[in-house]
Formats: sequence, C-alpha cells, structure tokens
Amino acid sequence: MSSFKMGLLGRKLGMTQVFHEDGTALGCTALAIGPCVVTGQRTKEKHGYAAVQLGFEERNLRALRRPQAGYFKKAGIEKAPAVLREIRLDEKDAAGQYEVGKVLKAEEIFKMGDVVDVVGVTKGKGYQGVMKRHRMAGDSATHGTHEFFRHGGSIGCRLTPGRVHKGKRMSGLMGNVKNTSSDLVVVKILEDKGVVLVKGAVPGPANGLVLLKGSTKDVKKYIVPRPLKEAESKNPMKASKKGQTQK
Amino acid sequence: MSQNPVIRDIEKSFRRDNIPEFRSGDSVRVHTLIKEGDKERVQIFEGVVIGQHRGGARATFTVRKISYGVGVERIFPLHTSRIEKIEIVQKGRVRRSRLNYLRDLKGRAARIKGQKTIVDAGATQPDAVAAPAAVAT
Repeated sequence: MSSFKMGLLGRKLGMTQVFHEDGTALGCTALAIGPCVVTGQRTKEKHGYAAVQLGFEERNLRALRRPQAGYFKKAGIEKAPAVLREIRLDEKDAAGQYEVGKVLKAEEIFKMGDVVDVVGVTKGKGYQGVMKRHRMAGDSATHGTHEFFRHGGSIGCRLTPGRVHKGKRMSGLMGNVKNTSSDLVVVKILEDKGVVLVKGAVPGPANGLVLLKGSTKDVKKYIVPRPLKEAESKNPMKASKKGQTQK
Repeated sequence: MSQNPVIRDIEKSFRRDNIPEFRSGDSVRVHTLIKEGDKERVQIFEGVVIGQHRGGARATFTVRKISYGVGVERIFPLHTSRIEKIEIVQKGRVRRSRLNYLRDLKGRAARIKGQKTIVDAGATQPDAVAAPAAVAT
C-alpha cells in the first residue's frame, strides 16, 4: 500500500509556458501554494486515523464565529484561517513533524522534480447534454435524421427489465466536482513568491482553491525535454543519400 | 486579457530582447539549430512571415516558403533559444496581419511587394549596417 504524502493548500494562478534549456517549450500551471498553518492533528487513538489539519489564508474576523474563534485560540493560532482541510498522513509523520501552530511553506514540502497530484474543483458547465457530458456520439447529421441529432439513443429494453438501469448516462449538471490531476511534475519553485510551477493542466478556474500533494502512486517521472526531431534531408529526391555526410 | 503579475514575471524571464522587429509580409531568414545525430548545426528557413501570434514569451510566428514546389509552413516560438537569429531580407507591404490568402496563390501572384533590406538579429548589427552607409557618403 502506498503511503500518505504531505500536501499544501493553494490557489491556481493560471497557465503559462516555460522553455527548457534546449529551447523547447513546456506548458505548465502556476500555483500559489501556502503558507499553510497546522491547526490540528488527528490521531489513531482519538479519531481512528492519522492526519493533520491545515489552515490557509485569513478569515475576516467579523465572519468568524465564536466557537471557531475558541478553536483557534485553543490551538494558539492568532490569525484565523479561511480554509481548513485535513491531509491524511502516516501515523509517524502526522505526530512527529507537524506540530500545531507550525507554518509550512511550499519549498519546505516540495522540490523540483517531485511527482505530485493536484486536487481542485472543476469549472461548472451547467446542464449539459449527453454529447458533451458523456462524450456520446449523437446521431448522424444526414440520412433523414430529424430532431435526433444530439440524442443519446435508446435508454433500455422493454418488459425485461422494464426499467432504466441505475447509472444510465443521461444529460444533467456537469462540472463543479472534485477532480484530481495525478502524476504531474514540479517544474520550478519560486521561493520568494511561494509559487510552484507544475507540468500540465490543473482542475478549476484561475484563483480556484487547489490542494497540491505528493503523488499517491509510486511513479517516477522526470521533466525530460521532448526529443528533438532529427533533421531530414531538404530535398526529397536526395532521400537515398540519408546518413551520408552533408556538405 | 489581464494577466496575473506572477505569471507575467515568469514569462518575462524567458523573453529574449535581441529579436528584430518584423511584421507579416516580411521575408525572413530564420537561423534554427538543428540536431543531427549528436551534433548541432544551423539550418536556415527562409520565407514570408504570414502571421504572428503575440503573447509575451509565448509568442509565435509562422513562416511560409515554397520548397521544391511544395508549400511549407513552420511555426516558430519567437523566444526559443533554438533560434539563433532572425534576419529580415525584405520588408513587405501588406494590408492585413494574417496572410492566409497566400496559400491559395502560386508563382508570381504569391509575391509580396516591398523593399529589400537586410537587417540582422544581432544587437551589434545596426552599427554594421550603418558603417557601410557612412563609407558611401
């Protein structure tokens, strides 16, 4: 079983592009990660599982309810965080490394080349039909089809089973669900800004809350520049001379 | 499109400042680094710029040429280090920013009017151009 890995909360800034040293480009997402404060701990004895509770950003004091204020006061945290999330960890990590009140920054948890997962909430798409929502094919545009172009087709049989199967894919609300982009690679960490660049796309809109954590899978990935295409002979008629030295 | 200041800074760090100004319709020679086996050499791609995609460090430009009777278009990232330099062979006089109509034209019809000027990509080059002119006067 794979072990739990530490993560931090942050916000998605948007996508950008960086150049490898050899001049090839790589699309990546900039995430403003942390700083997060440890607001609580979950232990096996008391709660049945081991985790740390992280707080992120600050909450307007007026919006803070008395019971919550008391909770943070007890934990010794002066600035009440706006977002609280639990990160499951292995027992030994949760108890030892992250005591309550500790402030964690991106560069303390992550480093370049780490394989990470990014959890976010996808952009809401509203009520969508089956073609967009479930990638169904729809019906043919010609051959006499009418009023059936974007339909999903039949949804079942007749007397047997006499009902529509549970989980039958139909139209409905799409997006605005939790989603994880797994096995991305940390391209770069800008320590002064607390910004982490990860390779590829990340769920959610710009400014959306994300959780960046070590990959749950034990995969090894590296940021390898795409191999450059070898030059081919300019003249198709000279293709037979390939491999020979060019002047 | 407004851009996050952090992202703007990241992209700024990748920008090259030794790129000459050119526009759609200009003829350019793009000196690109080509990998051949384990060696690298410079290959020149000469053609007409038929479009530019602006966007800071993510900017690209498209060059079209006719190679052995076949139209070839190549999209270069403007700020990549794989481009050694860009020479401007001719400033073209065109009236639009995307010259996609060139794809439908052939031969003499596909020419673009303009004046011949050779401007180099190097920062020192403007002096080099200026020097012969001084000799002439």
